Amino acid sequence: MGQRIGPKTVRFTSPPNILSFASVAGKAEKDGAYGLCFDTTFDDGLWGEKTYELAERKMLKTAIESAIEKASLKADDISYLFGGDLLNQIISSGFAARELGIPFIGLYGACSTMAESLILGAMAVDGGFAQYAVCATSSHFATAERQFRNPLELGTPKTPTSQNTATASGATVLTSVRGQYPAITHATTGRVVDMGIKDVNDMGAAMAPAATETIICHFEETQRKDDYYDAVITGDLGTFGSELFIKLAKDSGHDFSSVHKDCGAMIYEGNPHVNCGGSGCGCGASMLNGYFLKEMLGGRLSKILFVATGALHSPTSALQGETVPSIAHAVSIEMGCGQ
Amino acid sequence: MDIKKNIDQTNYQNYVKKNMPKSSLLKECAAAFVVGGLICVLGEAINGFASATLQLDEEGVNAFRSALLIFLGALFTGIGIYDVLGRYAGAGSIVPITGFANSIVSPALEYKWEGYILGVGAKLFTIAGPVLVYGISSSVLVGIIYYFTGGR
Repeated sequence: MGQRIGPKTVRFTSPPNILSFASVAGKAEKDGAYGLCFDTTFDDGLWGEKTYELAERKMLKTAIESAIEKASLKADDISYLFGGDLLNQIISSGFAARELGIPFIGLYGACSTMAESLILGAMAVDGGFAQYAVCATSSHFATAERQFRNPLELGTPKTPTSQNTATASGATVLTSVRGQYPAITHATTGRVVDMGIKDVNDMGAAMAPAATETIICHFEETQRKDDYYDAVITGDLGTFGSELFIKLAKDSGHDFSSVHKDCGAMIYEGNPHVNCGGSGCGCGASMLNGYFLKEMLGGRLSKILFVATGALHSPTSALQGETVPSIAHAVSIEMGCGQ
Repeated sequence: MDIKKNIDQTNYQNYVKKNMPKSSLLKECAAAFVVGGLICVLGEAINGFASATLQLDEEGVNAFRSALLIFLGALFTGIGIYDVLGRYAGAGSIVPITGFANSIVSPALEYKWEGYILGVGAKLFTIAGPVLVYGISSSVLVGIIYYFTGGR
């Protein structure tokens, strides 16, 4: 059973292990600096489907199925699927869950959903309600563009602070089975933070304060030092949002500049067309499940703090002149704690 | 820790505004000028072709040029080139009539999966609609003013 150690942080007394994980990514992500890390990639946005929405659903389903298969399990063995995506009524997750037949808890935390699902998954496993649970999210550039922005072929320039929704998906299988795996030891659930940023094309600036608050709360409540983790990984602050996060943390007396990594800034490294980097649920999910967890198994990282960040606006709220409320959730993943 | 207590909201917004990556105005204006200018040169060339080779009168030349430019805008949208051009040219490719074609054809392509009536039909003017509404409204307004002042 877990134990509350602070206003926002819980500690898992039998840390749930990450038994297996899988990632799926599209072409731009494959061509990025971490392209070789993703388990499954495809070159055409439609991936053989009739619509982009069907392609996103296929990505999520593929990620979940491969993660389950890698754990040598079957869908019937999984007690819960915690999943979400960016589309209205989270259709990618709901429709993928329809085909998978796993008891499904649908989530929406915008791009913070991967951490949100890991927190709930870990609580279900540590609480004794599940032996196996899957946490998964996805996003697709084309489906997100049509929902949040403009038609794909419309010839308008992007603003320099804009980020590119990643076509990617990631899934993680959590288990109560003991062993030498990366284990989820702590979780810090963020509050919704709104510093009055209105520009929906500058989500890094909107989300950086939320990330700062959650991360500093995590360190305060766990009484860990700033250099405790090998990497503090934010989901999709992007290059500008990352700069802001480092500055806000410094202003609050913390220095994360040597350990901070941002999946949004990393996923398209070397691509000049994406301005401030990647975003979307799939950005953090695919980098965690494609790169960082592999680094942990390879012994190159032993303790990470995964902090997925989300902007909780909608096209309607933006048109009505509302600001962009943001959220960040942190999950502490450590090797050798789930024995 | 409460970020709102640690960081002043107005200071933060000002800091963001001051430090955000900005586009280079000069470079973007130059790109818009060159591309917009080239589209106009193309229009002039079509004019020349229509009057010299096709022997059309002035009205015919205007109609021929507009129709051909709209066709080209739609064609380049359809084969996925116009959005790449627009990424660099900005207003240079949005303002000419080819940009108008792009703003109609791109939603048509985008929403074809939702069907021809509630998809293409309903969403066709999502981008161009405001231009039509305010363009036509202001032309009516100018027409009324013209009617009462007699064009003096």
